[in-house]
Amino acid sequence: MSWAFSNASMLAHLLGQNAYLALVPVLAGLVVSLPLGILSVRWGWLYPPVLSITSVLYAVPGLALFVVLIDYTGLTDLTVMIPLGIYSLAVLFPSVVEGLRSVPDPVRQAAVAMGFGTWRRLVTVELPIATPVVIAGLRVAAVSSISLVSVGALIGIGGLGYLFTDGEQRNFTTEIVVGIVLIIVLALITDTVLVLARRVLTPWQRTDRRARRLASRRAALAVTAREASQT
Amino acid sequence: MSFFDFAWQWLTTAGHWSGSNGVPARLLEHVEYTALALVIAAVIALPAGVVIGHTGRGSLAVVSVANIWRALPTLGLLVLAFILSGGAAWAWVIPLVVLAIPPIMVTTHEGVRGVDADLKDAAAGMGMTSPQVISKVEIPVALPLILLGLRTATIQVVATATIAAYISLGGFGRYILDGLATNNYGLVAAGAVCVVVLALVVQFAFTGLARLIVPPGLRQRTRQS
Repeated sequence: MSWAFSNASMLAHLLGQNAYLALVPVLAGLVVSLPLGILSVRWGWLYPPVLSITSVLYAVPGLALFVVLIDYTGLTDLTVMIPLGIYSLAVLFPSVVEGLRSVPDPVRQAAVAMGFGTWRRLVTVELPIATPVVIAGLRVAAVSSISLVSVGALIGIGGLGYLFTDGEQRNFTTEIVVGIVLIIVLALITDTVLVLARRVLTPWQRTDRRARRLASRRAALAVTAREASQT
Repeated sequence: MSFFDFAWQWLTTAGHWSGSNGVPARLLEHVEYTALALVIAAVIALPAGVVIGHTGRGSLAVVSVANIWRALPTLGLLVLAFILSGGAAWAWVIPLVVLAIPPIMVTTHEGVRGVDADLKDAAAGMGMTSPQVISKVEIPVALPLILLGLRTATIQVVATATIAAYISLGGFGRYILDGLATNNYGLVAAGAVCVVVLALVVQFAFTGLARLIVPPGLRQRTRQS
């Protein structure tokens, strides 16, 4: 413990770097997967090919992607962030599709009957209903990303992962344990923020336990389906 | 030359297909790591998922624990296990097992829990005991999802087993790390291609397995609710 306190400023720096390297790609993945998911629900034929492509990319080991990218991006943050963005996209894309598909038909029809156009229906009805499933995807993407950053340590850009390679070289377990704990803490904080965001964004779920259960089930399956069809 | 040219050139060199650093030897090691880690993870996660899904107790915990579980950094666990075990060669097992548990557990649990209550009632009405309901109704109905979880876990482990090379072990990760250390781009590319191809093969193998062992009456039910 005393090691952790005497190195607090370094740890804080690594923690910040880890959060930055992990979470910016998740946001980027979300920004890309939303339109991609919306289009894939609109035109169903688009879904299988896009899913296969994101899935094959997901099976590429992170380390190999880092090394391939070094040729193009050099040893910069981007080298680590691009693969993480791709992984996030692979997690989020099926979640967005699954979320939009979870909109019950009567609800959609009611919106049409009320004279909602495509865009208004999407923004005010379909996306809010899809939110729980999308956020469940975001939770997996964010937590995995936070943990995956550490592999970047093998090419020298790894946030808290530095503690692992350094601890290994120095045969110093405290350093490694501190790294693992900090990664879990960061993941817990991020996860909690996302759960809170879901509560705020979907107030109707608070009273409807059954709906919440259904959403969480759908989300869990969407996430696994993605993981499973990742090739 | 592009990534694929490098990989192609390396992989089509005859000398790279024999000996202890040849593709077949590394493939065998890689498959060995993957298989062992999966069997251990399945032995832990399958029964746990079935029991929690059947009783419904701890369901909420499964979802949240499984999610945070994913935060456990593979590299950190690897080096920690390596040092604590005094440099044991089996240290790679721990991170890979840890990695494989959440997908297996979550899908098994969701699959068993999602079995139609009417089906279970009908089975009980036919005089089945609780263990019979589990083995003859719940597990077969959940089988497509359970296989999905196993497939997910396998693919993740295949992609991640590369880091076993970090503690001087074999597998395709050897190519990636050695290539990285010696600036041999072709070697890295070849290692990456090998891993992806293996992951694709796993994908097809599981699709075939699902055809073989999922009861015919259930095949259309893979996508539920």
